[in-house]
Amino acid sequence: MIDVKHLSKSFGDHEVLKDISEHIYPGEKVVVIGPSGSGKSTFLRCLNLLENPTAGTITFEGVDITDPKTDINKMRQRMGMVFQHFNLFPNMTIRKNITLAPVQTGLMKQAEADEEAMRLLKVVDLVDKADAYPNQLSGGQKQRIAIVRALAMKPKVMLFDEPTSALDPEMVGEVLDVMKQLAEDGMTMVVVTHEMGFAREVGDRVLFMADGRIVEQNTPAEIFNNPQEERTRSFLAKVL
Amino acid sequence: MDLTSTFEALSALPAQDLTFWQDFFLKFYRAFLEADRWQQYIQGVGTTLLVTAMALVLGIVLGILVAMIRTAHDQQRPGHKNPVLFILNLICKIYVTVIRGTPMMVQLLIMAMLIFANSRNFTMVGTLTLGINSGAYVAEIIRGGLMSVDKGQMEAGRSLGLNYFQTMRFIIIPQAIKAILPALGNEFIVLLKDTSLITVIGGKELLYAARGVMNRTYEQMFPLLGTAAIYLVLVMIFTWLLGILERRLRQGDRR
Repeated sequence: MIDVKHLSKSFGDHEVLKDISEHIYPGEKVVVIGPSGSGKSTFLRCLNLLENPTAGTITFEGVDITDPKTDINKMRQRMGMVFQHFNLFPNMTIRKNITLAPVQTGLMKQAEADEEAMRLLKVVDLVDKADAYPNQLSGGQKQRIAIVRALAMKPKVMLFDEPTSALDPEMVGEVLDVMKQLAEDGMTMVVVTHEMGFAREVGDRVLFMADGRIVEQNTPAEIFNNPQEERTRSFLAKVL
Repeated sequence: MDLTSTFEALSALPAQDLTFWQDFFLKFYRAFLEADRWQQYIQGVGTTLLVTAMALVLGIVLGILVAMIRTAHDQQRPGHKNPVLFILNLICKIYVTVIRGTPMMVQLLIMAMLIFANSRNFTMVGTLTLGINSGAYVAEIIRGGLMSVDKGQMEAGRSLGLNYFQTMRFIIIPQAIKAILPALGNEFIVLLKDTSLITVIGGKELLYAARGVMNRTYEQMFPLLGTAAIYLVLVMIFTWLLGILERRLRQGDRR
């Protein structure tokens, strides 16, 4: 579904990603772990071109999205993204947050989008917040809305950039539950996270990144119980 | 006894025989009441407000244009540089640098004596100069407002598949306005006071009217203090109105 070939990314002289090649299959849940500064967020942000790769190609459903001639807006409409800091739009109600993109991109009529918003809000149990503004919500609620906002575009893949890192501990669970639900429904997911429990439980495959490279990858069971690389072992020893 | 006959009786007396208050009254009468001179001030205020309004509109139009070009240029994706935008941005940068780097008074004299040397419509030349001057400051105010919106907002909009202009229109600009409006209000007050400068090129605003009276009556104190008082009252009125606007904005702030 997403094919990454020889992806490199530099910020000035600093090389954040070094020649990464990877493939994400339909329906797969890939969890990316690693120490901070390892390039895992940058890797994720390259997948929908929020960061422009310095070199390499990324192909999404057969279309090379790194080609300047590709309409990146069309591509992004089918790739949902959830951010560490939620990034809800504070100037609109929750309902408007969710329906803005589907309506403006021509995916749905307003009435249709409103209906879809209510259906999704029911799933995350926040129907009563439809007319509230983001600042009236808790962190966990904001992140659940952010997930719903991305889902309203009916994406083929969901990218999660440390979705629980900015949350108070007691709110992490409610967000992870929504993500697990989504995984069960068969969504293709790429998740950058520090939640090892989530990686173990939901991931089909875990990528361990360090210093801009994918050092090791395997099933969660293998990588957590039987890591092959020294770098992986020392990281896991610190976080588990 | 009415004021006019008092004035006539007193002005017939030799100056050294007048008491302080009689002298005060005479000067005041000459500065504002004799030959209905107060009308000249009123006309001056009218022109001042008109010049301010026109310069403000021109400044805002120019400012929005320049801010849009400069922001769009700065937010291009690396590797997708647009050459037209590059040229436009360069022009905008030179404009802002030159206008902010030279004194208003010098700009006025250059416009009146070099560029529009043949124009007799000094008030319009002054208005044009003020507008162009204000545009550079307004551009930076708007650009600052747009940049003050969290980067994540643009990313969130774009990640949903909205294009640059949709994201600007629905997400960035509505949030930036809260930062822009109060600063724009200040710029408006500065502009109002700066209109007094166009008197040096012959623009017929409030200070010009006061100087006319001074030349007629050889009396400086009352026309000048009167002019200062009028500006002060105008500025206080607009500051008060701005305060109301800002409170409104804060009430609507649901962040």
